Amino acid sequence: MTTRTLSQLAKTIRSKNAGTDKITFDIIFRERPEYEMVKKSGAITRPKMAKLLNIDEARITDFVEYDEAYAIKFTILREHPSGSAGDPDIFGSQQYAPLLGIEIEEN
Amino acid sequence: MQSMKVICPNGHLGFAPLKPGSFRIGIDAGPDIIAADSGSDDVGPVPLGSDTSTSPLEWQTQDLEAMLLASRERKVPMIIGSAGDTGANSRVDLYLKIIRELAAKHRLAPFKLGWFYSEVDREWLRGKIRSGDAVTGLDARPDLDEAELDATDRIVAMAGVHPFIKLLDMGADVIIGGRSSDCAVFAAPAIRAGFPESLSYYLGKVLECASFCAEPYGGKETVLGEISHEDVKVTAMHPDQRCTVASVAGHAMYERSSPYYEYVAGGTLDMRECRYEQVGPKTTRITGPKFIPIDRVRVKLEGSGKVGERFVGIAGVRDPYTIANIDRVIQWARDQVVERFGTTGYELHYTVYGRNGIMGSMEPLRDRPGHELCVVVQGVAPTRAMAELVCMTGTRQMFYARLPDVKGTAGSVAFVLDEVMQASPAYRWTLNHTVGIDDPMELFPCHVATVGA
Repeated sequence: MTTRTLSQLAKTIRSKNAGTDKITFDIIFRERPEYEMVKKSGAITRPKMAKLLNIDEARITDFVEYDEAYAIKFTILREHPSGSAGDPDIFGSQQYAPLLGIEIEEN
Repeated sequence: MQSMKVICPNGHLGFAPLKPGSFRIGIDAGPDIIAADSGSDDVGPVPLGSDTSTSPLEWQTQDLEAMLLASRERKVPMIIGSAGDTGANSRVDLYLKIIRELAAKHRLAPFKLGWFYSEVDREWLRGKIRSGDAVTGLDARPDLDEAELDATDRIVAMAGVHPFIKLLDMGADVIIGGRSSDCAVFAAPAIRAGFPESLSYYLGKVLECASFCAEPYGGKETVLGEISHEDVKVTAMHPDQRCTVASVAGHAMYERSSPYYEYVAGGTLDMRECRYEQVGPKTTRITGPKFIPIDRVRVKLEGSGKVGERFVGIAGVRDPYTIANIDRVIQWARDQVVERFGTTGYELHYTVYGRNGIMGSMEPLRDRPGHELCVVVQGVAPTRAMAELVCMTGTRQMFYARLPDVKGTAGSVAFVLDEVMQASPAYRWTLNHTVGIDDPMELFPCHVATVGA
Protein backbone atom coordinates (compact mmCIF):
# COMPACT_ATOMS: atom_id res chain seq x y z
CA MET A 1 0.00 0.00 0.00
CA THR A 2 1.32 3.47 -0.90
CA THR A 3 0.26 6.88 0.24
CA ARG A 4 -0.05 10.04 -1.81
CA THR A 5 -1.28 13.47 -0.86
CA LEU A 6 -4.40 15.05 -2.28
CA SER A 7 -2.27 17.73 -3.92
CA GLN A 8 -0.42 15.02 -5.85
CA LEU A 9 -3.67 13.47 -7.04
CA ALA A 10 -5.95 16.42 -7.79
CA LYS A 11 -5.76 18.90 -10.67
CA THR A 12 -7.44 21.70 -8.73
CA ILE A 13 -7.98 22.32 -5.03
CA ARG A 14 -9.59 25.67 -4.33
CA SER A 15 -11.86 27.69 -2.09
CA LYS A 16 -14.05 30.65 -2.96
CA ASN A 17 -17.06 32.59 -1.72
CA ALA A 18 -20.45 31.17 -2.58
CA GLY A 19 -22.45 34.31 -1.88
CA THR A 20 -21.87 36.51 1.15
CA ASP A 21 -22.29 33.90 3.87
CA LYS A 22 -20.59 30.76 2.56
CA ILE A 23 -17.26 29.45 1.32
CA THR A 24 -17.18 26.54 -1.10
CA PHE A 25 -14.32 24.08 -1.59
CA ASP A 26 -13.67 22.24 -4.88
CA ILE A 27 -11.37 19.25 -5.34
CA ILE A 28 -11.18 18.40 -9.04
CA PHE A 29 -9.35 15.47 -10.65
CA ARG A 30 -8.03 15.21 -14.18
CA GLU A 31 -9.04 11.58 -14.71
CA ARG A 32 -11.73 9.27 -13.44
CA PRO A 33 -9.41 6.68 -11.74
CA GLU A 34 -7.91 9.23 -9.33
CA TYR A 35 -11.36 10.61 -8.60
CA GLU A 36 -12.84 7.18 -7.92
CA MET A 37 -9.88 6.18 -5.78
CA VAL A 38 -10.12 9.26 -3.57
CA LYS A 39 -13.89 8.93 -3.37
CA LYS A 40 -13.61 5.29 -2.26
CA SER A 41 -10.73 5.99 0.15
CA GLY A 42 -13.10 7.66 2.58
CA ALA A 43 -10.56 10.38 3.27
CA ILE A 44 -12.88 13.18 2.12
CA THR A 45 -16.14 13.05 4.04
CA ARG A 46 -18.34 15.53 5.86
CA PRO A 47 -17.08 14.56 9.35
CA LYS A 48 -13.44 14.50 8.26
CA MET A 49 -13.65 17.93 6.65
CA ALA A 50 -15.38 19.33 9.74
CA LYS A 51 -12.62 17.92 11.92
CA LEU A 52 -9.85 19.20 9.63
CA LEU A 53 -11.29 22.72 9.73
CA ASN A 54 -12.18 22.60 13.42
CA ILE A 55 -15.86 23.37 12.78
CA ASP A 56 -19.18 21.80 13.73
CA GLU A 57 -20.43 19.44 11.07
CA ALA A 58 -23.61 21.51 10.96
CA ARG A 59 -21.61 24.31 9.35
CA ILE A 60 -21.09 22.12 6.26
CA THR A 61 -24.22 22.92 4.27
CA ASP A 62 -23.50 20.89 1.14
CA PHE A 63 -21.30 17.93 0.33
CA VAL A 64 -21.41 16.59 -3.22
CA GLU A 65 -19.52 13.92 -5.11
CA TYR A 66 -19.93 15.33 -8.60
CA ASP A 67 -19.20 12.48 -10.98
CA GLU A 68 -19.67 14.52 -14.18
CA ALA A 69 -16.65 16.69 -13.37
CA TYR A 70 -14.61 14.16 -11.32
CA ALA A 71 -14.97 16.50 -8.40
CA ILE A 72 -15.74 16.52 -4.71
CA LYS A 73 -17.27 19.72 -3.44
CA PHE A 74 -18.38 20.96 -0.06
CA THR A 75 -19.60 24.27 1.27
CA ILE A 76 -19.39 25.80 4.73
CA LEU A 77 -21.16 28.66 6.44
CA ARG A 78 -18.82 31.52 7.29
CA GLU A 79 -18.40 32.66 10.86
CA HIS A 80 -19.17 36.23 9.73
CA PRO A 81 -20.34 37.51 6.33
CA SER A 82 -17.54 38.22 3.84
CA GLY A 83 -15.80 41.55 4.19
CA SER A 84 -16.97 42.28 7.73
CA ALA A 85 -14.28 44.17 9.66
CA GLY A 86 -11.74 41.59 10.78
CA ASP A 87 -12.52 39.11 7.98
CA PRO A 88 -9.05 38.30 6.64
CA ASP A 89 -10.23 36.62 3.42
CA ILE A 90 -12.90 38.70 1.67
CA PHE A 91 -13.00 36.34 -1.34
CA GLY A 92 -12.60 33.15 0.69
CA SER A 93 -9.86 32.20 -1.73
CA GLN A 94 -7.13 30.99 0.69
CA GLN A 95 -9.03 28.59 2.91
CA TYR A 96 -8.16 25.37 1.04
CA ALA A 97 -4.52 24.93 2.11
CA PRO A 98 -5.16 22.29 4.80
CA LEU A 99 -6.69 20.05 2.11
CA LEU A 100 -3.45 19.86 0.13
CA GLY A 101 -1.70 17.52 2.52
CA ILE A 102 -4.55 15.06 3.13
CA GLU A 103 -3.07 11.60 2.77
CA ILE A 104 -4.79 9.09 0.51
CA GLU A 105 -3.96 5.42 0.90
CA GLU A 106 -3.79 3.59 -2.41
CA ASN A 107 -4.39 -0.14 -2.72
CA MET B 1 -34.50 31.44 -35.63
CA GLN B 2 -32.65 28.13 -35.63
CA SER B 3 -29.83 29.17 -33.36
CA MET B 4 -28.43 32.21 -31.61
CA LYS B 5 -24.81 33.05 -30.86
CA VAL B 6 -23.83 35.00 -27.76
CA ILE B 7 -20.30 36.03 -26.83
CA CYS B 8 -19.03 36.95 -23.40
CA PRO B 9 -15.64 38.69 -23.17
CA ASN B 10 -15.36 39.18 -19.43
CA GLY B 11 -16.72 37.52 -16.30
CA HIS B 12 -16.77 40.70 -14.24
CA LEU B 13 -16.43 43.67 -16.56
CA GLY B 14 -14.17 46.33 -15.07
CA PHE B 15 -12.55 44.19 -12.39
CA ALA B 16 -9.74 43.36 -14.84
CA PRO B 17 -9.60 44.26 -18.55
CA LEU B 18 -10.82 41.92 -21.30
CA LYS B 19 -8.22 40.43 -23.64
CA PRO B 20 -8.66 42.02 -27.11
CA GLY B 21 -7.23 39.11 -29.15
CA SER B 22 -9.90 36.52 -28.35
CA PHE B 23 -12.59 39.22 -28.28
CA ARG B 24 -11.80 40.05 -31.93
CA ILE B 25 -12.00 36.36 -32.83
CA GLY B 26 -15.35 36.21 -31.04
CA ILE B 27 -16.64 39.23 -32.97
CA ASP B 28 -15.50 37.69 -36.25
CA ALA B 29 -17.50 34.56 -35.38
CA GLY B 30 -20.64 36.62 -35.97
CA PRO B 31 -22.44 36.83 -32.63
CA ASP B 32 -26.10 37.86 -32.39
CA ILE B 33 -25.54 39.28 -28.90
CA ILE B 34 -22.51 40.69 -27.04
CA ALA B 35 -23.03 40.48 -23.30
CA ALA B 36 -21.22 40.63 -19.98
CA ASP B 37 -21.95 40.83 -16.33
CA SER B 38 -20.17 43.58 -14.39
CA GLY B 39 -20.89 42.84 -10.76
CA SER B 40 -20.32 40.52 -7.86
CA ASP B 41 -20.94 40.33 -4.14
CA ASP B 42 -17.44 38.87 -3.94
CA VAL B 43 -15.96 42.32 -3.47
CA GLY B 44 -17.43 42.61 0.01
CA PRO B 45 -20.00 45.03 1.43
CA VAL B 46 -17.98 48.27 1.15
CA PRO B 47 -18.73 49.23 -2.49
CA LEU B 48 -22.49 48.74 -2.13
CA GLY B 49 -22.65 50.44 1.24
CA SER B 50 -20.48 53.41 0.31
CA ASP B 51 -21.93 53.63 -3.24
CA THR B 52 -18.58 53.22 -5.00
CA SER B 53 -16.93 50.80 -7.44
CA THR B 54 -13.86 48.68 -6.75
CA SER B 55 -13.15 48.61 -10.48
CA PRO B 56 -11.11 51.50 -11.88
CA LEU B 57 -12.98 53.83 -14.25
CA GLU B 58 -10.32 53.29 -16.90
CA TRP B 59 -10.92 49.53 -17.09
CA GLN B 60 -14.69 49.95 -17.03
CA THR B 61 -14.46 52.45 -19.89
CA GLN B 62 -12.01 50.36 -21.89
CA ASP B 63 -14.22 47.25 -21.88
CA LEU B 64 -17.43 49.17 -22.50
CA GLU B 65 -15.70 50.87 -25.44
CA ALA B 66 -14.59 47.57 -26.99
CA MET B 67 -18.08 46.08 -26.63
CA LEU B 68 -19.92 49.21 -27.78
CA LEU B 69 -17.84 49.61 -30.93
CA ALA B 70 -18.26 45.93 -31.83
CA SER B 71 -21.99 46.07 -31.10
CA ARG B 72 -22.53 49.15 -33.29
CA GLU B 73 -20.28 47.84 -36.05
CA ARG B 74 -22.22 44.57 -36.28
CA LYS B 75 -25.61 46.12 -35.39
CA VAL B 76 -26.27 43.55 -32.66
CA PRO B 77 -27.40 44.25 -29.10
CA MET B 78 -24.93 44.78 -26.28
CA ILE B 79 -26.13 43.80 -22.81
CA ILE B 80 -24.46 44.60 -19.47
CA GLY B 81 -25.75 43.42 -16.09
CA SER B 82 -24.88 44.56 -12.55
CA ALA B 83 -23.23 47.80 -13.65
CA GLY B 84 -20.13 48.98 -11.78
CA ASP B 85 -19.65 46.04 -9.35
CA THR B 86 -22.79 46.57 -7.29
CA GLY B 87 -25.58 47.41 -9.74
CA ALA B 88 -26.61 50.37 -7.56
CA ASN B 89 -28.40 53.29 -9.25
CA SER B 90 -25.30 55.49 -9.23
CA ARG B 91 -23.34 52.72 -10.98
CA VAL B 92 -26.00 52.43 -13.71
CA ASP B 93 -25.83 56.21 -14.18
CA LEU B 94 -22.04 56.04 -14.34
CA TYR B 95 -22.18 53.46 -17.15
CA LEU B 96 -24.82 55.49 -19.01
CA LYS B 97 -22.50 58.48 -18.87
CA ILE B 98 -19.57 56.41 -20.16
CA ILE B 99 -21.68 55.03 -23.03
CA ARG B 100 -22.86 58.52 -23.99
CA GLU B 101 -19.31 59.88 -23.92
CA LEU B 102 -18.05 56.99 -26.01
CA ALA B 103 -20.85 57.50 -28.53
CA ALA B 104 -19.84 61.15 -28.89
CA LYS B 105 -16.12 60.34 -29.01
CA HIS B 106 -16.60 57.88 -31.87
CA ARG B 107 -19.45 59.84 -33.53
CA LEU B 108 -21.59 56.71 -33.54
CA ALA B 109 -24.79 56.62 -35.57
CA PRO B 110 -27.89 57.06 -33.35
CA PHE B 111 -28.86 54.05 -31.25
CA LYS B 112 -31.30 53.29 -28.47
CA LEU B 113 -29.84 53.05 -24.99
CA GLY B 114 -31.93 51.19 -22.43
CA TRP B 115 -31.42 50.81 -18.71
CA PHE B 116 -33.08 49.70 -15.53
CA TYR B 117 -32.48 50.36 -11.84
CA SER B 118 -32.38 47.79 -9.06
CA GLU B 119 -32.22 49.69 -5.80
CA VAL B 120 -34.94 48.89 -3.30
CA ASP B 121 -36.58 51.50 -1.10
CA ARG B 122 -36.19 50.71 2.59
CA GLU B 123 -39.72 51.86 3.39
CA TRP B 124 -41.16 49.52 0.76
CA LEU B 125 -39.40 46.65 2.50
CA ARG B 126 -40.60 47.88 5.88
CA GLY B 127 -44.13 47.65 4.51
CA LYS B 128 -43.49 44.04 3.54
CA ILE B 129 -42.24 43.19 7.03
CA ARG B 130 -45.18 44.98 8.69
CA SER B 131 -47.76 43.31 6.45
CA GLY B 132 -46.40 39.91 7.42
CA ASP B 133 -44.99 39.16 3.95
CA ALA B 134 -41.72 37.73 5.26
CA VAL B 135 -38.42 38.88 3.84
CA THR B 136 -36.81 35.47 4.09
CA GLY B 137 -33.20 34.93 5.15
CA LEU B 138 -30.87 32.88 2.95
CA ASP B 139 -27.96 30.72 4.12
CA ALA B 140 -29.19 30.28 7.70
CA ARG B 141 -29.97 33.98 8.22
CA PRO B 142 -33.13 34.86 10.15
CA ASP B 143 -35.94 36.70 8.38
CA LEU B 144 -35.37 40.44 8.09
CA ASP B 145 -36.53 42.56 11.01
CA GLU B 146 -36.81 46.33 11.25
CA ALA B 147 -33.67 46.72 13.36
CA GLU B 148 -31.52 45.10 10.70
CA LEU B 149 -33.34 47.10 8.01
CA ASP B 150 -32.54 50.32 9.90
CA ALA B 151 -28.88 49.32 10.04
CA THR B 152 -28.81 49.11 6.24
CA ASP B 153 -27.58 51.91 3.98
CA ARG B 154 -28.30 50.51 0.52
CA ILE B 155 -30.25 47.57 -0.91
CA VAL B 156 -30.26 46.15 -4.42
CA ALA B 157 -32.56 43.49 -5.81
CA MET B 158 -31.27 40.82 -8.15
CA ALA B 159 -33.18 41.08 -11.43
CA GLY B 160 -34.02 38.04 -13.50
CA VAL B 161 -34.60 38.10 -17.26
CA HIS B 162 -37.71 40.31 -17.06
CA PRO B 163 -36.27 43.86 -17.35
CA PHE B 164 -33.78 42.78 -20.02
CA ILE B 165 -36.57 41.29 -22.14
CA LYS B 166 -38.70 44.39 -21.62
CA LEU B 167 -35.86 46.68 -22.74
CA LEU B 168 -35.24 44.55 -25.83
CA ASP B 169 -38.99 44.81 -26.53
CA MET B 170 -38.67 48.59 -26.19
CA GLY B 171 -36.06 48.50 -28.94
CA ALA B 172 -32.89 48.96 -26.90
CA ASP B 173 -29.65 48.37 -28.82
CA VAL B 174 -27.48 48.79 -25.75
CA ILE B 175 -28.66 47.79 -22.27
CA ILE B 176 -27.13 48.81 -18.95
CA GLY B 177 -28.64 46.80 -16.15
CA GLY B 178 -28.75 47.33 -12.42
CA ARG B 179 -28.05 44.35 -10.15
CA SER B 180 -29.02 41.18 -11.93
CA SER B 181 -28.41 37.45 -11.86
CA ASP B 182 -25.35 36.81 -13.98
CA CYS B 183 -27.08 34.20 -16.08
CA ALA B 184 -30.13 36.41 -16.79
CA VAL B 185 -27.98 38.76 -18.86
CA PHE B 186 -27.45 35.99 -21.42
CA ALA B 187 -30.67 34.04 -20.94
CA ALA B 188 -32.93 37.03 -21.62
CA PRO B 189 -32.26 37.48 -25.36
CA ALA B 190 -32.44 33.71 -25.91
CA ILE B 191 -35.79 33.37 -24.12
CA ARG B 192 -37.12 36.39 -25.99
CA ALA B 193 -36.09 34.76 -29.28
CA GLY B 194 -38.17 31.70 -28.39
CA PHE B 195 -35.55 29.24 -27.18
CA PRO B 196 -36.46 26.98 -24.23
CA GLU B 197 -35.99 28.52 -20.80
CA SER B 198 -33.97 25.53 -19.62
CA LEU B 199 -31.33 25.87 -22.34
CA SER B 200 -31.41 29.67 -22.18
CA TYR B 201 -30.61 29.77 -18.45
CA TYR B 202 -27.96 27.13 -18.97
CA LEU B 203 -26.45 29.28 -21.73
CA GLY B 204 -26.22 32.10 -19.22
CA LYS B 205 -24.82 29.88 -16.51
CA VAL B 206 -22.00 28.63 -18.71
CA LEU B 207 -21.12 32.01 -20.26
CA GLU B 208 -21.30 34.26 -17.19
CA CYS B 209 -17.63 33.96 -16.22
CA ALA B 210 -16.31 34.03 -19.81
CA SER B 211 -13.24 31.78 -20.16
CA PHE B 212 -13.51 30.27 -16.68
CA CYS B 213 -15.46 27.50 -18.44
CA ALA B 214 -12.43 26.75 -20.65
CA GLU B 215 -9.01 25.21 -20.11
CA PRO B 216 -6.16 25.75 -19.59
CA TYR B 217 -6.98 28.29 -16.89
CA GLY B 218 -6.91 31.90 -18.05
CA GLY B 219 -9.48 34.56 -17.30
CA LYS B 220 -10.87 37.46 -19.31
CA GLU B 221 -10.80 35.60 -22.65
CA THR B 222 -13.90 35.52 -24.84
CA VAL B 223 -16.12 32.45 -25.12
CA LEU B 224 -19.00 31.88 -27.54
CA GLY B 225 -22.22 30.09 -26.67
CA GLU B 226 -24.64 28.94 -29.36
CA ILE B 227 -28.15 27.96 -28.35
CA SER B 228 -30.56 25.92 -30.49
CA HIS B 229 -33.89 24.33 -29.61
CA GLU B 230 -32.06 21.13 -28.64
CA ASP B 231 -28.74 22.08 -27.10
CA VAL B 232 -26.13 24.63 -26.08
CA LYS B 233 -22.65 24.56 -27.60
CA VAL B 234 -19.86 26.51 -25.96
CA THR B 235 -16.57 27.29 -27.71
CA ALA B 236 -13.38 28.95 -26.44
CA MET B 237 -12.23 31.80 -28.69
CA HIS B 238 -8.63 32.00 -27.49
CA PRO B 239 -6.40 29.97 -29.86
CA ASP B 240 -4.89 28.01 -26.96
CA GLN B 241 -8.05 27.45 -24.91
CA ARG B 242 -10.65 24.71 -25.26
CA CYS B 243 -14.06 24.09 -23.77
CA THR B 244 -13.91 20.46 -22.65
CA VAL B 245 -16.42 18.23 -20.90
CA ALA B 246 -14.35 18.58 -17.73
CA SER B 247 -13.93 22.35 -17.94
CA VAL B 248 -17.60 23.01 -18.73
CA ALA B 249 -19.00 20.55 -16.18
CA GLY B 250 -16.43 21.84 -13.69
CA HIS B 251 -17.55 25.41 -14.19
CA ALA B 252 -21.04 24.55 -12.91
CA MET B 253 -19.44 24.29 -9.46
CA TYR B 254 -17.68 27.60 -9.48
CA GLU B 255 -18.70 29.96 -6.66
CA ARG B 256 -21.82 27.89 -6.00
CA SER B 257 -22.70 25.82 -3.00
CA SER B 258 -24.16 23.14 -5.29
CA PRO B 259 -23.21 22.27 -8.89
CA TYR B 260 -26.76 21.12 -9.63
CA TYR B 261 -28.98 24.12 -8.99
CA GLU B 262 -29.04 27.79 -9.91
CA TYR B 263 -31.77 29.98 -8.43
CA VAL B 264 -32.98 33.03 -10.34
CA ALA B 265 -35.93 35.37 -10.02
CA GLY B 266 -38.52 33.17 -11.71
CA GLY B 267 -37.37 29.68 -10.88
CA THR B 268 -34.57 27.16 -10.59
CA LEU B 269 -32.19 25.79 -13.20
CA ASP B 270 -31.76 22.08 -12.48
CA MET B 271 -28.50 20.74 -13.92
CA ARG B 272 -28.63 17.25 -12.40
CA GLU B 273 -29.29 15.59 -15.74
CA CYS B 274 -27.01 17.68 -17.90
CA ARG B 275 -25.07 15.68 -20.45
CA TYR B 276 -21.77 16.95 -21.77
CA GLU B 277 -20.22 15.88 -25.04
CA GLN B 278 -17.04 16.96 -26.83
CA VAL B 279 -18.18 17.83 -30.36
CA GLY B 280 -15.10 19.68 -31.63
CA PRO B 281 -11.57 20.42 -30.49
CA LYS B 282 -12.67 23.61 -28.69
CA THR B 283 -16.38 22.94 -28.31
CA THR B 284 -18.55 21.11 -25.78
CA ARG B 285 -22.25 20.41 -26.29
CA ILE B 286 -24.68 20.39 -23.39
CA THR B 287 -28.16 18.86 -23.29
CA GLY B 288 -30.58 17.98 -20.54
CA PRO B 289 -30.86 21.02 -18.22
CA LYS B 290 -34.34 21.62 -16.78
CA PHE B 291 -36.02 24.77 -15.59
CA ILE B 292 -38.56 24.67 -12.80
CA PRO B 293 -40.59 27.90 -12.76
CA ILE B 294 -41.87 29.27 -9.46
CA ASP B 295 -45.46 30.41 -8.86
CA ARG B 296 -44.73 33.65 -7.09
CA VAL B 297 -41.40 35.23 -8.04
CA ARG B 298 -38.97 35.72 -5.15
CA VAL B 299 -36.17 38.19 -5.71
CA LYS B 300 -32.84 38.04 -3.92
CA LEU B 301 -31.82 41.16 -2.01
CA GLU B 302 -28.35 42.35 -1.09
CA GLY B 303 -27.95 45.02 1.55
CA SER B 304 -24.97 46.70 3.14
CA GLY B 305 -24.84 48.81 6.28
CA LYS B 306 -22.15 51.02 7.73
CA VAL B 307 -20.56 49.83 10.94
CA GLY B 308 -18.22 52.76 11.43
CA GLU B 309 -15.08 54.61 10.46
CA ARG B 310 -11.98 52.45 10.35
CA PHE B 311 -8.26 52.75 11.01
CA VAL B 312 -5.60 50.09 10.59
CA GLY B 313 -2.35 49.55 12.51
CA ILE B 314 0.49 47.08 11.95
CA ALA B 315 2.88 45.53 14.48
CA GLY B 316 5.61 42.89 14.05
CA VAL B 317 6.99 40.46 16.61
CA ARG B 318 10.31 38.56 16.59
CA ASP B 319 10.97 37.55 20.24
CA PRO B 320 9.99 33.85 20.55
CA TYR B 321 8.74 34.36 24.11
CA THR B 322 6.51 37.21 22.97
CA ILE B 323 5.30 35.11 20.03
CA ALA B 324 4.40 32.28 22.41
CA ASN B 325 2.44 34.81 24.48
CA ILE B 326 0.97 36.89 21.67
CA ASP B 327 -2.57 36.42 22.96
CA ARG B 328 -1.52 37.99 26.28
CA VAL B 329 0.06 40.90 24.41
CA ILE B 330 -3.19 41.43 22.53
CA GLN B 331 -5.23 41.10 25.71
CA TRP B 332 -3.08 43.77 27.37
CA ALA B 333 -3.72 46.15 24.48
CA ARG B 334 -7.44 45.34 24.49
CA ASP B 335 -7.61 46.05 28.19
CA GLN B 336 -6.11 49.50 27.65
CA VAL B 337 -8.81 50.23 25.06
CA VAL B 338 -11.49 49.03 27.47
CA GLU B 339 -10.06 51.29 30.17
CA ARG B 340 -10.44 54.29 27.89
CA PHE B 341 -13.60 53.45 25.92
CA GLY B 342 -15.44 50.74 27.86
CA THR B 343 -16.55 47.47 26.31
CA THR B 344 -19.11 48.61 23.74
CA GLY B 345 -19.57 51.22 21.03
CA TYR B 346 -16.57 50.21 18.94
CA GLU B 347 -14.89 47.17 17.35
CA LEU B 348 -11.27 46.13 17.72
CA HIS B 349 -9.95 43.28 15.56
CA TYR B 350 -6.57 41.57 15.61
CA THR B 351 -5.35 39.43 12.71
CA VAL B 352 -2.20 37.49 13.61
CA TYR B 353 -0.30 36.66 10.42
CA GLY B 354 2.28 33.95 10.86
CA ARG B 355 -0.03 32.01 13.14
CA ASN B 356 -3.65 31.91 11.96
CA GLY B 357 -4.16 35.26 10.22
CA ILE B 358 -5.90 33.84 7.18
CA MET B 359 -7.92 30.97 8.62
CA GLY B 360 -8.56 32.02 12.20
CA SER B 361 -9.97 29.20 14.31
CA MET B 362 -10.12 26.91 11.24
CA GLU B 363 -6.30 26.90 10.96
CA PRO B 364 -4.99 23.40 11.77
CA LEU B 365 -1.49 24.80 12.49
CA ARG B 366 -2.74 27.50 14.86
CA ASP B 367 -0.53 26.13 17.63
CA ARG B 368 2.63 26.37 15.52
CA PRO B 369 3.36 30.04 14.88
CA GLY B 370 6.30 31.06 12.71
CA HIS B 371 9.48 32.72 13.92
CA GLU B 372 8.03 36.14 13.27
CA LEU B 373 4.47 37.47 13.35
CA CYS B 374 2.68 40.41 11.79
CA VAL B 375 -0.35 41.65 13.65
CA VAL B 376 -2.87 43.80 11.79
CA VAL B 377 -5.12 45.83 14.08
CA GLN B 378 -8.45 47.30 12.97
CA GLY B 379 -10.30 49.87 15.04
CA VAL B 380 -13.88 50.67 14.04
CA ALA B 381 -15.93 53.41 15.72
CA PRO B 382 -18.70 55.93 14.97
CA THR B 383 -16.31 58.85 14.33
CA ARG B 384 -12.93 59.09 12.65
CA ALA B 385 -11.35 60.57 15.74
CA MET B 386 -12.56 57.74 17.94
CA ALA B 387 -11.65 55.03 15.40
CA GLU B 388 -8.16 56.48 15.17
CA LEU B 389 -7.74 56.51 18.92
CA VAL B 390 -9.16 53.00 19.39
CA CYS B 391 -6.81 51.69 16.73
CA MET B 392 -3.85 53.70 18.04
CA THR B 393 -4.39 52.46 21.58
CA GLY B 394 -4.90 48.89 20.41
CA THR B 395 -1.71 49.03 18.33
CA ARG B 396 0.71 51.12 20.41
CA GLN B 397 -0.19 49.43 23.68
CA MET B 398 1.15 46.17 22.25
CA PHE B 399 4.53 47.89 22.51
CA TYR B 400 4.04 48.25 26.27
CA ALA B 401 2.61 44.80 26.96
CA ARG B 402 3.66 43.48 30.36
CA LEU B 403 4.92 39.94 30.05
CA PRO B 404 6.51 38.59 33.26
CA ASP B 405 9.63 36.93 31.84
CA VAL B 406 10.35 39.05 28.80
CA LYS B 407 14.05 39.86 28.28
CA GLY B 408 13.45 42.75 25.92
CA THR B 409 12.05 45.52 28.06
CA ALA B 410 12.39 48.28 25.48
CA GLY B 411 9.36 47.39 23.36
CA SER B 412 7.34 44.20 22.75
CA VAL B 413 6.66 44.77 19.05
CA ALA B 414 8.34 46.25 15.96
CA PHE B 415 6.61 49.04 14.06
CA VAL B 416 6.92 49.41 10.30
CA LEU B 417 5.05 52.70 10.72
CA ASP B 418 4.57 54.48 14.00
CA GLU B 419 1.07 55.52 13.03
CA VAL B 420 -2.33 54.09 12.22
CA MET B 421 -3.82 54.54 8.77
CA GLN B 422 -7.30 55.49 7.74
CA ALA B 423 -8.98 52.71 5.73
CA SER B 424 -12.36 52.49 4.03
CA PRO B 425 -15.21 52.66 6.53
CA ALA B 426 -16.32 49.25 7.75
CA TYR B 427 -19.58 47.91 6.32
CA ARG B 428 -21.28 44.57 6.70
CA TRP B 429 -23.70 42.54 4.63
CA THR B 430 -26.99 43.18 6.38
CA LEU B 431 -29.22 41.57 3.76
CA ASN B 432 -28.89 38.24 2.03
CA HIS B 433 -32.61 37.60 1.77
CA THR B 434 -35.44 37.09 -0.68
CA VAL B 435 -38.71 38.95 -1.06
CA GLY B 436 -41.84 37.85 -2.88
CA ILE B 437 -43.21 40.10 -5.63
CA ASP B 438 -46.42 39.81 -7.62
CA ASP B 439 -45.12 41.59 -10.70
CA PRO B 440 -41.55 40.67 -11.69
CA MET B 441 -41.08 44.21 -13.06
CA GLU B 442 -42.14 45.89 -9.82
CA LEU B 443 -38.62 46.58 -8.58
CA PHE B 444 -36.91 47.29 -11.90
CA PRO B 445 -38.04 50.50 -13.63
CA CYS B 446 -36.98 50.54 -17.30
CA HIS B 447 -35.98 53.54 -19.44
CA VAL B 448 -34.95 54.07 -23.05
CA ALA B 449 -33.36 57.08 -24.75
CA THR B 450 -31.84 57.70 -28.15
CA VAL B 451 -28.14 58.47 -28.11
CA GLY B 452 -26.17 60.22 -30.82
CA ALA B 453 -29.08 61.89 -32.54
